[in-house]
Amino acid sequence: MITLDAITRSFGSKHVLRGVDLVVPTGQSTVIIGGSGTGKSVLLKCILGLIEPDGGKITLDGVDVHEGERDAFLARFGMLFQGGALFDSFSVWENVAFRLLRGALKRPKAEAREIAIEKLRRVGLSPDVADLYPAELSGGMQKRVGLARAIAAEPEIIFFDEPTTGLDPIMAGVINELIREIVTEMGATAMTITHDMSSVRAIADRVAMLHAGKIRWEGPIAEMDETSDPYVQQFIHGRAEGPIETLR
Amino acid sequence: MNAAALSRPLAALGRATLALMAATGRLSLFVGETLSHLLRPPFYLREFWLACLNIGWLSLPVVGMTALFTGAALALQIYAGGARFSAEQVVPSITAIGMVRELGPVLGGLMVAARVASSIAAEIGTMKVTEQIDALTTLSTNPMKYLTVPRVLAATLCVPMLVGVGDVIGIMGGWMVGVNRLGFNSATYLKNTWDFLEFWDVGSGLVKGAAFGFIVATMGCYHGMNSGRGAQGVGRATKSAVVAASVAILAANYVLTEAFFSA
Ligand SMILES: Nc1ncnc2c1ncn2[C@@H]1O[C@H](COP(=O)(O)OP(=O)(O)OP(=O)(O)O)[C@@H](O)[C@H]1O
Ligand SMILES: [Mg+2]
Repeated sequence: MITLDAITRSFGSKHVLRGVDLVVPTGQSTVIIGGSGTGKSVLLKCILGLIEPDGGKITLDGVDVHEGERDAFLARFGMLFQGGALFDSFSVWENVAFRLLRGALKRPKAEAREIAIEKLRRVGLSPDVADLYPAELSGGMQKRVGLARAIAAEPEIIFFDEPTTGLDPIMAGVINELIREIVTEMGATAMTITHDMSSVRAIADRVAMLHAGKIRWEGPIAEMDETSDPYVQQFIHGRAEGPIETLR
Repeated sequence: MNAAALSRPLAALGRATLALMAATGRLSLFVGETLSHLLRPPFYLREFWLACLNIGWLSLPVVGMTALFTGAALALQIYAGGARFSAEQVVPSITAIGMVRELGPVLGGLMVAARVASSIAAEIGTMKVTEQIDALTTLSTNPMKYLTVPRVLAATLCVPMLVGVGDVIGIMGGWMVGVNRLGFNSATYLKNTWDFLEFWDVGSGLVKGAAFGFIVATMGCYHGMNSGRGAQGVGRATKSAVVAASVAILAANYVLTEAFFSA
């Protein structure tokens, strides 16, 4: 279980997070929604310690993330970055198998390559792409390689930052199903950022909406459509009129 | 003139001083962190090897060319200067000492700064702005260990070797001019050079080379890691790395020369 307690973070005079409280239960799929630029990506990076929050407390299974071994902490996580963040000096399979080629999880090259190709298959990429370089792939393919890399070492907790943006509807469906499978079959904890409402419905157990630096609404997916919160209603129906300003 | 107008330049001076001190502090912390990772595993040998290739081997042509032309020009100048008090015969020895003590390490270091500090800063800066550095961290790989340590180590070991090669080529450049243009006897020229040079003349240049290599890679990595966002940020990081490395090399050269040779 990950708990966030009054997390704040500013960039200069811009107050992005203004006290975020959130509980992410183990073994469930939590989806974060919210307007562009509200700080969703910043929030994920705060949990991983890639961005240091200005204030507040983050715990994993009751332990402050600042305490304990950082390597052991990070080894439990996988992350798909919004921009893919593939290493352009490595081939596709070396990217996917990055963690399996060095450090504590190191294994023989042939075995690592096999695992990488299997993960690539799961995100809908044929073995042919394994030896290409990231620059030779389309944007959607890069995204899926990033996804394969995030799940390659089978981490307990996986963060997906917009896994389906830039994908065609069929591929988006494949990825939604994959995320669902990872949670239900492998028992992983997933935290996903997405703007795609069909994705939200396909993968979420719980939904949290970030607005104005705080969690505006949070609850099980079944309650999302029923809620009377005008912000959530405007967001999920994509209306231009409503309490959320369109200029930000 | 009122007091506010008077204090404005002072305030600006103060701000600049504070910024400089803060930057020095950050750089010192960076160097400290790099050194602290130097001896602790894991070690990334592949990265180290690639860095040696890029910094050492691929810099050979540019360092060699620099040394060749510098040695040649130096011989001409020393001949002209020596002629003013009929001391033309000093050409081999002064060319050699000028090359191995000063020009070899300094010009070699500056060329490596132009070539390597820029490429390191651009590479790491691009990795930073495309979140690849963050990705490394989440994949349980410490970016300082994986990116900075191999480059700094490789540069510190390779630049002295480059300086050594540059010394030989520079002396050859002087010899070519001496024999072909200034009428020196080939064997005498080389014998004069060899007899004149002392171990510490060459050794001090190599030590300088190691220091300059360390400076180049550290500046490249530091500015890359602290790159601003976007293409502009990377551009600025690259420029700062080259400028900072070059100035630091010249300053370090003075300090080291003072330490090695002042009476
Ligand atoms: N390193 C940084 N330096 C300065 N500002 C930043 C930095 N990272 C994020 N921000 C700012 O924080 C705000 C939130 O950014 P973030 O990337 O979290 O948005 P987001 O909710 O993920 O948006 P999107 O849905 O478009 O990805 C933005 O206004 C951005 O300008
Ligand atoms: Mg984002």
